[in-house]
Formats: sequence, C-alpha cells, structure tokens
Amino acid sequence: MKKKRWLFLGLFVSIMLLLSGCDSSSLIVLDPKGPQAKTQSSTIIFSILMMAFVLIVVYILYIIMLTKYRASKTSDDYIPPHIEGNKWLEFTWIAIPVIIVAILSVVTVKTTSAVESVPAGYEDQKPLVIYAASSNWKWHFSYPEEGVETVNYVNIPTNRPIEFRLYSYGPITSFWVPQLGGQKYAMSDMVNTLHLLADTPGSFMGRNSNFSGKGYAQMEFEVQSMSAGDFSKWVDDVKKTAPQLTEDKFNALLKTSYVGRESFSSTHLGFNPPPEMDMSEGHHGSGSSDKDSGSETMDHSDMSNMEDMGSMEHGN
Amino acid sequence: MKWDEFFVTGEPMIYAAMVSIVVVSLAILIGLTYFKKWGYLWREWLTTVDHKRIGVMYILAALIMLFRGGIDALLMRTQLAAPEMKFLDAQHYNEIFTTHGVIMILFMAMPFVIGLMNVVVPLQIGARDVAFPRLNAVSFWMFFFGAMLFNISFVIGGSPDAGWTAYFPLASLEFSPTVGNNFYSLALQISGIGTLMTGVNFIVTILKMRAPGMKLMRMPMFTWSVLITNVIILFAFPVLTVALALMMFDRIFGSQFFTMANGGMDMLWANLFWVWGHPEVYIVILPAFGIFSDIISTFSKKNLYGYKSMVASMVVISLLSFIVWAHHFYTMGAGVMVNGFFSITTMAIAVPTGVKIFNWLFTLQKGKISFTTPMLYAMAFIPIFTIGGVTGVMLAMASADYQYHNTMFLVAHFHYVLIPGTVFGVLAGMYFWFPKIFGFRLNEKLGKTAFWLIVVGFNTAFLPLFFLGLSGMTRRMYTYSADTGFGPLNMVATIGAFILAIGFVVLCYNFYWSFRYSPRDENGDPWDARTLEWSTPSPVPVYNFAKVPNVKSMDALWEAKVNGVPLYEEGPYEPIHMPNNSGQPFILGVIMFFLGFFLVFSWFIPAIIAGIGVVVMLALRSFERDHGYHISPEEIAATEQKLRGDSV
Repeated sequence: MKKKRWLFLGLFVSIMLLLSGCDSSSLIVLDPKGPQAKTQSSTIIFSILMMAFVLIVVYILYIIMLTKYRASKTSDDYIPPHIEGNKWLEFTWIAIPVIIVAILSVVTVKTTSAVESVPAGYEDQKPLVIYAASSNWKWHFSYPEEGVETVNYVNIPTNRPIEFRLYSYGPITSFWVPQLGGQKYAMSDMVNTLHLLADTPGSFMGRNSNFSGKGYAQMEFEVQSMSAGDFSKWVDDVKKTAPQLTEDKFNALLKTSYVGRESFSSTHLGFNPPPEMDMSEGHHGSGSSDKDSGSETMDHSDMSNMEDMGSMEHGN
Repeated sequence: MKWDEFFVTGEPMIYAAMVSIVVVSLAILIGLTYFKKWGYLWREWLTTVDHKRIGVMYILAALIMLFRGGIDALLMRTQLAAPEMKFLDAQHYNEIFTTHGVIMILFMAMPFVIGLMNVVVPLQIGARDVAFPRLNAVSFWMFFFGAMLFNISFVIGGSPDAGWTAYFPLASLEFSPTVGNNFYSLALQISGIGTLMTGVNFIVTILKMRAPGMKLMRMPMFTWSVLITNVIILFAFPVLTVALALMMFDRIFGSQFFTMANGGMDMLWANLFWVWGHPEVYIVILPAFGIFSDIISTFSKKNLYGYKSMVASMVVISLLSFIVWAHHFYTMGAGVMVNGFFSITTMAIAVPTGVKIFNWLFTLQKGKISFTTPMLYAMAFIPIFTIGGVTGVMLAMASADYQYHNTMFLVAHFHYVLIPGTVFGVLAGMYFWFPKIFGFRLNEKLGKTAFWLIVVGFNTAFLPLFFLGLSGMTRRMYTYSADTGFGPLNMVATIGAFILAIGFVVLCYNFYWSFRYSPRDENGDPWDARTLEWSTPSPVPVYNFAKVPNVKSMDALWEAKVNGVPLYEEGPYEPIHMPNNSGQPFILGVIMFFLGFFLVFSWFIPAIIAGIGVVVMLALRSFERDHGYHISPEEIAATEQKLRGDSV
C-alpha cells in the first residue's frame, strides 16, 4: 500500500499547485466590490472554515482506521469483535452536526435577508432603479428616471443602492455580476428585484448564468461604476448624443441575435412595459422600495393580489 | 418531411457515428446468424423473467450507456480544454451536454442500480425471484427501448438541446423547434414508467418474499437501502410522469402549460421537475450507500456498526428528500422565507448522512481490513464523497448559493457526490457480486489499476472546477475567451477526464481478460462474506435456493460459518415452482418504441396503430393462463451435485 501513500501525496501536491495557481484576484466571487458581494464572500469563507473542520475530523478518523486495522497488521488468528454500536458516540455525531447546521442556518437566514434588501447603511438613499431585460442573446438596461437605455453595458454610480428589476423576453436567464453580488433569474412572466451596490469605481464582468440557447456563452455585459458626478455627466451625454429608441427600432433590436453596445436617449418601458406581477417584492416584506412604488410603474404588488393584476392598473 | 430533415446531416462526427452504428448492427446480425445464436438469444435472454438475467441485461445496458455518456463528456472536455476552441459549435455542444446529463442519470446510474437490485435482492432475502417476474421483464424492456429511443435522436431528428433539466420556455416549441425535446419527453416517459413498475415490484418483493426468519431488522443493509429507494421511486416518479405528459401535450398537441403565452407558467415546470429530480438523486445514492455498507462490513470482517441508526438515517434522508427541491432555484426570487426554509431542510440532510459516514468509519475500527477492489472503491468513497457532502452544505446556504448557482462550482459539487457515491458504488457492487453471477472473480490487479486511474483522473478532472466556479465560469458555456483566465484549470480538468477514460478502458479490458483467464470459483463464497446470497453456489442456479433458508440472525451466513448455526433444514428436496419465460414483455417494448417514435414526429396514424398494439398486448396478458412450471427434486439434486460437488 505504499503506492497509495504516494498517490495521496501526489494529489496533495497537485491541489497545492492548483491553489497557488489561483490568487485571490482570479477568484472574483471572493473579491467583492460592494456590500452584498462582501456579505456573500464572508458567508462563503465562514462556511468553508466550518466545513474544513468537519473534513479534518473525518479524515483523521479515516486515516487512523485505515492504518491501524488493516489485515496485514493483525495476526492471522485475530477475530474482530462483534460491536453493535455505542449510544454515546452515536449521540455525539448526531449532536455536533445538528449544532453546526443550526449555526449555519442562522447565518444563512440572516445573510439571505441582508442580500435580499437594500444594503445596510444605505437605506436612507433613494435607490437607482434600472430595468434589466434579456432577449436572445443580449441585455437591455432601461433607466426610467433618467430616461436613457443601453444595450450590453450598464453604468452605475458608486455608493448608491441600485435596484435592478429583471425580466426576460424569452427563456429564463440569470443576471449575475459576481463582484457586486449573487444572481437572480429574469423570467418572462414576472419581475424579480435584485439589490446591488458598488462601493468602488471600476469595471465588472456581468453575464447571464442560466443556459438560454445558442448564444448563451456570449451573453456578457460590462458594469461600470463611477462617481455620482461622472454618472450624471454620462446620462447627460447619452441624452444629448444618442438616438431615440422608437418602437420599431426596439422590435428590430429584439429580433437581432447579437449586437454590440448601444445607447438610446429614451426607454422601451413606455411602449413595451415589463410583465406585471412581481412576486419578489412585498411578499416576504423586504419592503425596501414600497414607499416610492406609487411613482413607479406597475410591478409592485403582493402575491395575494395576483388575480387582480390583470384588471388593475395601479401606479398610473 | 424531407430526408435531410429526418436524418441529422452536415456533421462529420455524426456521419462517422451513423456509419459505425450501421457497421456494428450488421456485425451483430451477421455474428448471430453465423454462430446460430438467434434461438439462444431469444430463449435465454430476450424472453427471460429470471431476475438475475434481467439484472445482467440492465447492467450491460448501463455500461454501454456509460460509454455513450462518457464519450459525450470527453467531447465536452476537449471543447473546453483551451479558450476559443473550434472543436464543437454551440448547437452541437448544447446537444452533447444535454444528452450527457440525461444518459448518465437516467440511462446509466438508474439501470446500473436497478440491475444490481435485480441480481442481489432476491438472493439476499432468500427468495427464488421477485414478486412479479413478468412485470420485471416489462420494466426492463420499457427502460431499454426508452433508452434506445433517446439514443437514436442524435442521428434521426436531432438531439434535445435544452439541458437535462429541459427548463421552459427554452424547451418549448417556440425556442426549441426541432423534435429533439419530443424525444426527451417520450423516451423518458417510456423508461420512467418501467422504473415506476420496478418500484412496485421491489417493495412487494422485499415485504412479502423474505425467507422464514428474515425479519426486516435482519435484512442486509443493501436490501434495506433498496426498500427505501423503491418507496422514494413510488412517490417521486409519478410527478415525472405527469410533468413529461404535460410537456408532451405542450410540444406535440399545442397545449400551453409551460409556454410564455396564454398564462403558461415556466416556473411550474421547474418545480415539477425538481420535485421528482431531487428525490431522484437519493434514488441513485441510497443503494450505493447500501452496497458500501455490505462491502465495508465484509472486508473488515465485522458486523455493520450502528445497524439501527443506519436504517433510521436512510428513512430520514428519504423523508427529507421530498422537501428540499426548491434549493435548485433559490435564484427564482422566492424570497427569504421560502429560501430560508429550504436551506435549513437541505442542510438537515447532512446530519443523517454524517451518521452514516461515522458508522462506516467505526465499522472499520478493530476490524481486519483487506483491500480488495470493491473495498478500495468503498475506501475512496468516504473521503471523496465527504468533499461532495460538505460542498453540498455550502450550496444549501441560499445567500451563498446566489454566487454558486449555475457555475462550475455546482458542477464540481454534484460530480463529487454522484461519481464517488453512485458510480464508485455500482462499480464496487459489480466487482463484489460479479462472481456470484458468473462463477469467477474479475482480475484484482487490473481492477486495482483501473481503480487508481479512475480515482486520480476523477479528482484531477473535477477539483479544478470548484475554483473555476469561484472565478465566475458558468456551466454550459461552450467556449470562453482567453482573458477570462479560465484556460489553465480547464486544461488540467480535461487531462483528468482523459485519465478517467483510460481507467474505464482498463475496466473493460478486465472483463475480457477475466472471462478468458480468471480461475473459476469453487465454493460460491469467494470473499468470505456474511449474507445469504453467498450461501448459494456460483453461478446461481435458476431457482436460487435448492431449499428455502431458515434465517436465525443478522449476517446469517456468517453465523452459519462461525457458530455453526445451520441455514438449511435436513430433508429431501421439494419441487420448486418457477415462472415461465415470455416474449410478451419484449414485444411490448418494441411496440412502445414505435409508439414513441411516431409521436416524436407527430405521425399520428402510425402512432394510433402502435397505441392499439399496446392495448392488444395488455389485453392478451389479461386473458392469458400461465401457471408456471415445477422443477422436480431429481433435477434439483442433479443441479446441486454439479454445482457444489458433493457438499450439501
């Protein structure tokens, strides 16, 4: 069994090489640029440490059992005893995992509720609403308040909560900017809300992470965070220089499979509004933007009102 | 429909596949005719109702599917080895990862597990066959022809390309207009019904067919795991049946259950799919747990530690398996309450699974461990599966899952569970029970070589994926650019995949070598094992047990060997009642295949004719009188004499 030890050593060395190959900057999930992603990366690191403890316990026991009790180490006439079990040992390995799971459960619920609402410390700011819609195989970003729209890139001000409202003109897609926070689905029959915030200026990779057909691999976009001043300057630029987004132009755009970046000085929300029901808000009471829902479009409702939504046109 | 729409055209690799399919089929037909084996094949295999032969056919089909799915995997890994590879285009890649997933879960893992159940369970409980032998044959042929229907899709009509999860609306007619997903709904439906019948059959077998004294709490752990698995099948598979039927209506008959328009609900599909899909994971893992339990106990020469808690933990896992499905789509926007609930139930599964891990470790304690090939797989399973388990707990945490979901981290996790769990489990089981069926062991040296290649290859292939996931690489992307930095780790993973493949080639060579050269077993108990199946001669005669064993304890054979507790009562043989072979299950399977095929292409007139054929076959069976046959005591005595020499 010498071979085995060498193999494990080889495995260990290769793991170490692997680990050293990925410095923290390439593991972008663990290199957060905003409070939501920071919450998630510390949750991940905390869970890795807990799980490493479990792994170490199992591995130590495993190595002890395999080295001590192999047939080649016992005499020929050794007869292993009959052991039914041990109440206290079995209790221990139920109790300790239950404690670990309980701790992780508390952490999970707390952090999930944190990343599902406006980042802590920024609640007093009015969030910037951006509609992000996917269509084969591109992303449309509409800024209802600023009255501008972009394709395949999105600019955001730093240190201001962003409320992405996600939906799709086709298959389910998933809106993911790893360095700003976790992903959420964009679907054709409801609007999902994702709260993100960038606390440093920079350019971040964003992409669709849910398989949606042929052009899925190319479905990337760039998120650029900039100071509030730069952001409003950019909005003004777009308003001045970019063309209007007409209904015809938008329909043509929906049909096109692949496009580069585009900017428009008006949005499609007026003539092609997002789906009406929104299950993510209100239902679980994160309530972050309910106060300004009156001034917004039509997607704030409680799930229990779903049936009424067809006829109801609140907010207008 | 034109011919070039019917056959898949324009891909050199697919032309090569077509040619090789034709050549292999011709070779089989000519070979059967030349060696005059048609009659043998029909009498001994196609019409058999013997659980052992049905089990062998299941495993054979599973191994063939393992190679089909494995080649899919190698094609994918080659395409991903370096940035901007031009080996496969997006469409081809999408089809390949879809068929890889479907085949590996439904047509490899499932039949392999069901095959081992078939071979082993009746022997472990001292029965002469399953409760419904004819139904068992129907189950097999439904699975087999379902699998064949799925497999022809890549040369006729085109493969499904919406992922093995077939999420709507992507899998709807609007976004997947080819017949690929029709194949998906019908092939899975046909084989799924077969699986459902297996579930009924084995629950009844285990509850009603046990030998005298084989109380539930004396059953070997593998039989326990099979009982619980089949209860899960009974509750989970009807959901799949319904979901696939709705899918078929949507795609073939124009209904709107899951479509974008007219109030169709894509989220309904995701829920139905995973209400079946998550228990399905436990359907393929629990029997592996059972196999490892029996193997670890056998090769440490000790009884299983914590038998009762092993059973209890499986029951708890089976209950929890039905209330965790939403963890597959935390990102659908269900909110903190729902996601929190499913996070906690999911993490709770770690507790009973941990109980099992510790029980296995303490079975080894004070044992006398010998490292045979099956035991090596069991020993590799513990540390590697634990990595899969703890990453599962990490994925269960909803807030963190928003970052892992759909990434290579997830891909790494489920391969770290399914390969050391299910695949190592069924391979260990195959090495372990092989001599029971064929009367000789597979070569140990080749077995160990294959084992080390598989273990090293597996870890090299899948460990890098954890890091790729955290670097932002998502699953199912057919290519990536060089500046993502995904290149080097992907290259490592591809190398690992090829090492893994070499391991499987050695495994196959072992069959060939052992069939030719392996020494034949003398006594039917080559591993010095503990449970009833090893008290029969190898290969096992058609009636399994010449006399019905009388079980007085757990590990009955061990008690007989060590303490001299007799397993069989003295006295003359009695006639044994056995079921007759029948060609009907096979014919029914063929008709189901054509029914499915015609429906795939919406050829309704032929489909109606095939549908009538199915009804006729069912009616024929209902009015048939077949009371089986008896084996005379003289014949039993002669068979036993031949197989055992003079003993017994």
